[in-house]
Amino acid sequence: MLRATANPVDRRGVATGGLPTRTAAERAHRVVEVASLRKAYGTTVAVEDVSFAIDEGEIFGILGPNGAGKTTTVECLSGLRVPDSGTVRVLGLDPQHSRHAVRESVGVQLQEGSMPPKLTVRELLDLFASFYTDPLDAGELLALLGLTAKRDDYYKGLSGGQKQRLSIALALIGDPKVAILDELTTGLDPLARRETWSLIEGVRDRGVTIVLVTHFMDEAERLCDRIALIDSGRVIAIDTPAGLAEREGGGNHMRFHPSRPFDDALLTALPEVDRLEHEGDRIVVSGNGDLLNAVISALATAGTEAKDVQLESATLEDAFIRLTGHPSGNSDEGGER
Amino acid sequence: MSVNAATGPARPSRSALRALIISEGKLAWREPVGLVLGVGVPVILLVIFGISSGFQKRIVSTNPTTYRTLYVPILMGLVLVLIALISLPIPIVVQRERKFLRRLSTTPIAPLWLLAAQVAVNLVLALVAMVLIVAGSAAFFGVHAPSQVPGFILAALLATACLFALGLVIAAVAPSERAAGAIGSALLFPLMFFAGLWQPSQAVTPSAMHTISNLTPLGAAVHAMLRSMQGTFPTIGSLAVMAAWVAVFGIAAVRLFRWE
Repeated sequence: MLRATANPVDRRGVATGGLPTRTAAERAHRVVEVASLRKAYGTTVAVEDVSFAIDEGEIFGILGPNGAGKTTTVECLSGLRVPDSGTVRVLGLDPQHSRHAVRESVGVQLQEGSMPPKLTVRELLDLFASFYTDPLDAGELLALLGLTAKRDDYYKGLSGGQKQRLSIALALIGDPKVAILDELTTGLDPLARRETWSLIEGVRDRGVTIVLVTHFMDEAERLCDRIALIDSGRVIAIDTPAGLAEREGGGNHMRFHPSRPFDDALLTALPEVDRLEHEGDRIVVSGNGDLLNAVISALATAGTEAKDVQLESATLEDAFIRLTGHPSGNSDEGGER
Repeated sequence: MSVNAATGPARPSRSALRALIISEGKLAWREPVGLVLGVGVPVILLVIFGISSGFQKRIVSTNPTTYRTLYVPILMGLVLVLIALISLPIPIVVQRERKFLRRLSTTPIAPLWLLAAQVAVNLVLALVAMVLIVAGSAAFFGVHAPSQVPGFILAALLATACLFALGLVIAAVAPSERAAGAIGSALLFPLMFFAGLWQPSQAVTPSAMHTISNLTPLGAAVHAMLRSMQGTFPTIGSLAVMAAWVAVFGIAAVRLFRWE
């Protein structure tokens, strides 16, 4: 499993040393490149060393605990912040030197902030449309985001989900090639989150490359083609969600009650099984590959049956904890930079 | 913070600026604090002028200036102060607090355009207020409209410029809406004191207070506008004082402004 997912990582790669050898075709499809990015605020180093590359049409997740440097990283992408060192290229341009061109083709949704309360949805879209050379049609965008019925409502009267959808609309009104979405679904109810996710997939299907900053595992797992896991200002791993989940001993867990006792060696001898634990009278077997069938047939040879079987796949959450050494759950929503 | 929103080749887009002015104008209309201050206050005070007979008296027997005539430029000064110190900076501070300025700086336009739009909207408000005061006091209370028109316009423009620049200093330094309101109100009283709101006679009787007053932005403004209303060109001194304050406040605003 690891081998299958390791391949795209090697090809797209974190390493920037491989850049000069890229073919012209590869370069054309690479929309974002960040190499050895570093940014400190005074003595606080927010981003220590971050490198990644994003291909056209990807949903690329930047995942990490609060304070990991995710927001600072994307702020350097959108040109809001000047890196201390390292290079940032968006569509081949330096966001600091080609400010106007980068801002024309990069749509941004900021983590915090709000719009003037007494402007209507339609007025806000028209205002933002006026900033761009070739904006999308506001009416179509409203329809796409399900805001048509709310077009004449003041911003202050919108629900959290509607505000979030409007802020996505405002990020897209300039017809960007890249959209940077920071903590897209924070504060939304589960239904609104799911709706927002489908929306983002719809946006990607229109050909927009999406950079998604999040600290939600389920969001990253569901949406992202690849994820850069960032902790303490460094990239820990870049991989597909499934690839990350199976890294470093992650895998499947199978829980069951044996119909009668058996010798642990029966299962630990199997190549699929990495570990066996007793939880009271339950057995927890961890491993990879076709764990379920291997265990059940081994038990059958010993005349034992597995009852109340529960199977858990490796999750990104597990990988996150293994790789960062701390749980993802964070109550400190405001501490992000 | 290292947000360099105002630098770089922000290509001025006319349609973007127009759209910003229109939306700031709508906000000013829908949250009409500025409208109340700029238009409501002069109307109310003009009515008070009109019904109170005390304002018809001469200030000093040797001078034909009545309180009513004198209070017209003071009222103009008061209205300009209210617009410049409250109506202008507060929306800017609020939009910075709300991170709207920051959001703008991720678009091709510079957030500076939002400031320009705010200034434009409040200039319109100031113009409406000044016209109301001139027309209202001339039509209903027999106070002559300014007879030295170029002098009056120059004085009013300089007064507006230095007060708006001061308003932008408040927008630059105030960390919150509440702080902006507090700074604005705190400045209002000394400014209006030296403009003669409570002691109008200092504008016409030479004294130490008169000299100090003429060195303040609003004292100089009232002095210049009063002279032009009475038919003489404002003194170079009063115009120079205002021009100096424009420079001081303007530089301070540019130096101190924070985008987030």
